[in-house]
Amino acid sequence: MFREFGVNVLEGVHCKSVDDALAAYDSLGSQVVAVKSQIHAGGRGKGILYDPKSGQEVMKGGVKIAFSRDDVEEFSRNICGNRLVTKQTGAEGKIVTNMYVESGCDIDHEYYLAILVDRDRKSVLVMASTEGGVDIEEVAERTPEAIHKIWADPSDGLDKRDCASLSESLGLSGDSAEELDRMLESLYRMFLDKDCSMIEINPLVKTKGGSMIALDAKVSLDENANFRHPWREEVRDLSEEEDVEIRANDLGLSYVKLDGNIGCLVNGAGLAMASMDVIKLYGGEPANFLDIGGGATRESITAAFQIILEDENVEGILVNIFGGIIRCDMVANSVIEASKEIDLDVPLVVRFSGTNHREGKAILDSSDISIHTVSSLSEGARKIVECIGGGN
Amino acid sequence: MAIWIDEDSKILIQGITGKQGTFHGTRMLRYSTNVVGGVTPGKGGQKIDLEGNEIPVFNSMSEAVAETGADVSAIYVPARFAAGAIHEAAEAFNENGGGLIVCITEGIPTLDMIEAVDKVNRYEGVRLIGPNCPGIISPGVEGGCKVGIMPAFIHKKGRIGIVSKSGTLTYEAVAQTMSVDEGQTTCVGIGGDPVSGTGFIDCLEAFENDPETVAVVMIGEIGGSAEEDAAEWVSENMSKPVVGFVAGSTAPPGKRMGHAGAIISGGKGTASEKFAAFERAGIYVARDPSEIGRVLVEALVDSGLRES
Repeated sequence: MFREFGVNVLEGVHCKSVDDALAAYDSLGSQVVAVKSQIHAGGRGKGILYDPKSGQEVMKGGVKIAFSRDDVEEFSRNICGNRLVTKQTGAEGKIVTNMYVESGCDIDHEYYLAILVDRDRKSVLVMASTEGGVDIEEVAERTPEAIHKIWADPSDGLDKRDCASLSESLGLSGDSAEELDRMLESLYRMFLDKDCSMIEINPLVKTKGGSMIALDAKVSLDENANFRHPWREEVRDLSEEEDVEIRANDLGLSYVKLDGNIGCLVNGAGLAMASMDVIKLYGGEPANFLDIGGGATRESITAAFQIILEDENVEGILVNIFGGIIRCDMVANSVIEASKEIDLDVPLVVRFSGTNHREGKAILDSSDISIHTVSSLSEGARKIVECIGGGN
Repeated sequence: MAIWIDEDSKILIQGITGKQGTFHGTRMLRYSTNVVGGVTPGKGGQKIDLEGNEIPVFNSMSEAVAETGADVSAIYVPARFAAGAIHEAAEAFNENGGGLIVCITEGIPTLDMIEAVDKVNRYEGVRLIGPNCPGIISPGVEGGCKVGIMPAFIHKKGRIGIVSKSGTLTYEAVAQTMSVDEGQTTCVGIGGDPVSGTGFIDCLEAFENDPETVAVVMIGEIGGSAEEDAAEWVSENMSKPVVGFVAGSTAPPGKRMGHAGAIISGGKGTASEKFAAFERAGIYVARDPSEIGRVLVEALVDSGLRES
């Protein structure tokens, strides 16, 4: 993506064999290169390669710096077709079939550069610091004056003079300053074209020759814009995402797992957060955030219960519904149906308010399943905490 | 009096022939909201029957505003067309003496909103509420003016102003005022997106200037620094008591909690920072939304607005 927009990154070649790697080394014309295992998991540098047949260790490190053609041959042979285990792959590891051979570079200085949305100013913000390679939050905390900011105008984009002053604040001059200006322009165009929510380059390096190169980068995309970027579906790596959160999302539920033992099923994001907060306030620990959304159905509510109960820590569930578009009687019927379909063997406290709350309560009270109905959120939180024998 | 909308407001519905527009348009009419027309490109000249109310449909906002003299628009169009709908409404109102745009739609790309908000801000007299919000309601004596998706029946005309980032939590706040026998002047849901139109301070300022509003309930949530800014504004400018709650004390950092804007990033935007800012500003804090009613009474008593 960076190359497409003309942002300087290190030259590199995608390889699938030892011969590819050697050809890549010859074509790059750089004495020093990095030979990288390409798998969808982090921690590659500190990973270990094993022979998949014998299980014997082959080499330490899935990313190696090669100082000669012989090194390239040795490293690529040790990587290709072998099993790489990193702290993110689990013990079974992943077979490496793809490698990346990348030119080395002589670093003169490391910078930090980010483009993101400034919520307060309602515009796009460019943030840079002379302290690259380190955590920007630490810099912000320790030396806020080391962070320089410029803002793009929503209709006119980045101002050339602002860009120039940013280069100056970073102590750049001549060709390096010009290169950074061009890079900012390209990155801003990429930010808009690709609907990013953040581009973070850390570090951005100045080479001894004065070139500006994006050495490592992280790009976050605005999911609301997925509809105009069909390519995202292809580059999406589901194995990198929390399985249960994706499944919830596909059902129109918004779910985030937490560490506690009281499951929550709520309509509305704010109320869902507030329900967690109040559980905690009365001495309990919420097990999850779950917003069933305005379009919830019997099916999605049953699925919501299933998702909550997949978490083995859950010892009780608080259902908190303020009916608006959603009717409490519909939720009540869904709760009863869910309890028949799945094994709802934990205490259940239900609070209904708003649209058809009386009807909803009546349905639950006349059913034969054991449910505590309450009328307020704090009463509900106290009750569920009491049910699982916790709290203060 | 109420803020921004009242029983005399003339409302248009953008996307009136769509499922959402028809569903909520009907409910707005049931609350005796003065819906004067709708807009669906390509369906101009038709009439849509909403429970016996014949509502004219126009092809464009400029035509609809010119024909009906409307000063409020409710947007129920899908996310990919919503920013365009805001632009169209902003232009139409700008040419006809101003107006209020209420965008209910959820899931609009942030960059689209940056452009749309920039456009609205260029037009004096045009205001945007939302997107991704429940809307705004000013209860009247019989029915009232409802521009949005909130359950109207939980409201009652009164003297408390409510502003909130969250939908259902706004309803909770409304129910809390009712539990202590107080009604509302106007309730505004400003939405939970990172970039939106009207913010807390706009609402607080309008409530401060509204003679019928005597106190305000403000509901925030994690993410950004709008609550802190609002608290500072309150301490410097607000003579009326404010009751505040912030959702998300238990939210883990770096995780989006349903709303696109509800995320603690880089250790910033936590509920504890926001509660602390509220307390510094002399805002009456409720730690539990079920306590809002009790805290509101305390605030009213302190200000001599209620006996007990």
